[in-house]
Amino acid sequence: MNLTLRVWKQDGPDSAGRLVDYPVTDIDPNASFLEMMDILNEQIMKEGNDPIEFESDCREGICGTCGLVINGQAHGPKRAVATCQLYMRDFHDGQVITVEPWRADSFPVIKDLVVDRAALDRIISAGGYISVRTGPKPDANATPIAKDKADHAFDMAACIGCGACVAACPNASASLFTSAKVSHMALLPQGQVERSRRVKRMVDQMDHEGFGNCSNIGECSAACPKKIPLESIARMKREYLRAVVIPNDAS
Amino acid sequence: MAIELNGKIPDGPLEEKWDRHKAKIKVVSPANKRKFTVIVVGTGLGGASAAASMAEMGYNVKSFCIHDSPRRAHSIAAQGGINSTKNYPNDGDSVWRLFYDTIKGGDYRSREANVYRLAQCSASIIDQAVAQGVPFAREYGGELANRSFGGALVSRTFYARGQTGQQLLLGAYSALMRQVDEGGVELFARREMVDLVVVDGKARGIITRNLVTGELERHTADAVVLASGGYGRVYFLSTNAWNSNGSAAWRCHRRGAAFANPCYVQIHPTCIPVKGEQQSKLTLMSESLRNDGRVWVPKTRQDSLANAHNIDVSKRDYYLERRYPSFGNLVPRDVASRNAKMMTDKGLGVGPEPQRLAVYLDFRDAIDRLGVHKIDERYGNLFDIYKEITDDDPHQVPMKIYPAVHYTMGGLWVDYNLMTTIPGLYAVGEANFSDHGANRLGASALMQGLCDGYFVLPYTIGDYLGSEELKPVKTTHDAFNEAVDSVQKRVNVLLDSKGTRSGKARHTVLELYRELGLTMWDNVGMARTEEGLKSALQKIPEIKQKFEETVFVPGSSDSFNKTLELGMRVHDFFEIGELMARDALHRDESAGGHFREEHQTAEGEALRDDEDFSYVAAWEWKGEGKEHELNKENLVFENVKLTQRSYK
Repeated sequence: MNLTLRVWKQDGPDSAGRLVDYPVTDIDPNASFLEMMDILNEQIMKEGNDPIEFESDCREGICGTCGLVINGQAHGPKRAVATCQLYMRDFHDGQVITVEPWRADSFPVIKDLVVDRAALDRIISAGGYISVRTGPKPDANATPIAKDKADHAFDMAACIGCGACVAACPNASASLFTSAKVSHMALLPQGQVERSRRVKRMVDQMDHEGFGNCSNIGECSAACPKKIPLESIARMKREYLRAVVIPNDAS
Repeated sequence: MAIELNGKIPDGPLEEKWDRHKAKIKVVSPANKRKFTVIVVGTGLGGASAAASMAEMGYNVKSFCIHDSPRRAHSIAAQGGINSTKNYPNDGDSVWRLFYDTIKGGDYRSREANVYRLAQCSASIIDQAVAQGVPFAREYGGELANRSFGGALVSRTFYARGQTGQQLLLGAYSALMRQVDEGGVELFARREMVDLVVVDGKARGIITRNLVTGELERHTADAVVLASGGYGRVYFLSTNAWNSNGSAAWRCHRRGAAFANPCYVQIHPTCIPVKGEQQSKLTLMSESLRNDGRVWVPKTRQDSLANAHNIDVSKRDYYLERRYPSFGNLVPRDVASRNAKMMTDKGLGVGPEPQRLAVYLDFRDAIDRLGVHKIDERYGNLFDIYKEITDDDPHQVPMKIYPAVHYTMGGLWVDYNLMTTIPGLYAVGEANFSDHGANRLGASALMQGLCDGYFVLPYTIGDYLGSEELKPVKTTHDAFNEAVDSVQKRVNVLLDSKGTRSGKARHTVLELYRELGLTMWDNVGMARTEEGLKSALQKIPEIKQKFEETVFVPGSSDSFNKTLELGMRVHDFFEIGELMARDALHRDESAGGHFREEHQTAEGEALRDDEDFSYVAAWEWKGEGKEHELNKENLVFENVKLTQRSYK
């Protein structure tokens, strides 16, 4: 396949960025999108020029490192996959493909397609945990958890923290990310003790980081590689309201 | 001067060693813990759990990761599960049985005391994870579910669909982030450890490269814990993540930490086969698939190109079930991989022409028996991954699989306290060599990482901190200056190479990295020979020299520069690869994943030589351009009898 890549280049957080066209030739349709980017970088470096900076790690859709806006869509045209799980057979010969970084004020660009997502870690740090110390614990089977509840909690816990939800949202809201963790823990008996404190602190941190509000558009869920449903945001809002109305943690 | 290898194995009967040891070792008082600073390098299962646990105890912890977030560490990609002796299925599991399976699975090349402790702690890990809210799979009654993994006759593997590593890592990460919030852990993301600082013979700090600004930063500590994973990416193509590397461990090695059993590499039997020259990494298909999937190849080469479902059962060779009737498809990984290679060597493989490097993993019978719904519940996300990558649907056609590099059992030598040969430097998880011998059983890596980090290191490190006199060290100390200078020199090798200075790539980093990877796979891979290993020992330094002279690294050292990062890691991989080949050549026997073609039974199984090789090979760095020195820790077996492994 031969393609034209129109890629966002930006030297640093305070520099102006621009789109630059690169021809890419001789790509195997079974190559992954990131392998195509590797090949392009090899071609660029063979000429002695600076490559396009982008990030990836596991390249199997679980670590959440990669994340590109491809032709205007976070993680590209295919549903329920991360950028690293796109294959060139999903594109066509001769196509012009625009590649941009996640765009949100809370995700400053580090270089080219690499952004700083540390704000997401700070949201988790504000309460995305169950406060138990390492040490002796009750037997793991001491508290039975209904299978459908455990499965549901898993669906929420499957979030990979890539930030596509923020990139896809017109408000750059991190509601889907935050709500996934709030839901995961609110659904489990272990999460009940800190239920109110958790949601309040996490939502406050999310606002503090400058992420926008949710206005029920649903682009986040459509872009999510792990199919976190919009329902989790509804649960977060309900949990937040509950926490405000019933301030102590007795559930 | 040889290194003294004192394993510090406690006295007493096997089942009492750990308790007796805990009762004897020094404890640092709560008031004094806050006076100590511990550096933890890496935030995977071992690193995150160790950092969180030590901060909870009161130590000042500095946690470093090369990713943008601690949650990205490669433990996240582990699929299948975690072993534990809970015996919930009531099938007769016990601490002894897990211990025995692990020792036997490792082909009798690991320490009894360490492995027994691992089995003892395994039940606590599940309790801990459940308390953190890790959503393990459950039965309808609300109890935890189990499945089987290779090398065991009991179902002791806990799992969270095919994302067990992710869920356990997020559990450890949440504990870590809680400590960040409470001020017990200072987190340094996007930092790569580029050197260890040793003062008066003790590990007292590290040099990191800030991967955003390129700055070389100095950090002091009273102890350093290495949790930086394995070195499997020396092969270029592997199931390891793009950023996984061996440099942090290698830098410690060059500062005096012995490197143990570097040749023990796990080649995982069920990976999606290599598909072309542009491929950048390989993807694992979890071992759990062998619970229900049946491995086979056609009996004749003519049939190997036919549509799999048109091949009559009588014309299929379910070779694992045929050769190993009691374990069947659930033989350990090294055995399954070797058998796949035997089949493809005979020309019976089913992959693309001309190599035909694949065998079938078939779910037809399982779907007939259990229905699509049940199979999807167990393996749905794995089937999805397979389909995304290959465009084939495993419900309709069998998976094609082939072995690929997955894990390294070798690593920094550690004693029973997990301390390396440098006082004050510890290694946990895949970064150490301690528990898996010559072959790791499936679902045991998560167990070991968390056991080390939650339940072993936080206790044993107190023994060191409580008994050593550690004078304050400043970042202006000569040892820090010397370390920073040496890192700068290494950076300059890449930025001053003829390739870089000519302004046009003579060779890119990836070109030479692939060349190293192929050399390693061909000569230090699944089957090794004296001739092949000698040729690797000749070729690797040649590629390294070519790298130093002709590699092209664009940009500068004081900015975000992925090519420079990778270049520095690859530069170390040449030396790691060379030591792996040297170790493999010296180990003139077969054991687990180390298969020397010269040493096999009539049936093609690995043939050990216990008389001459029942020891840990701990290699000592002797300086630039000098040969490594071999030190031996003899393995003493008081509780199990060494036999030829049999899974028949």
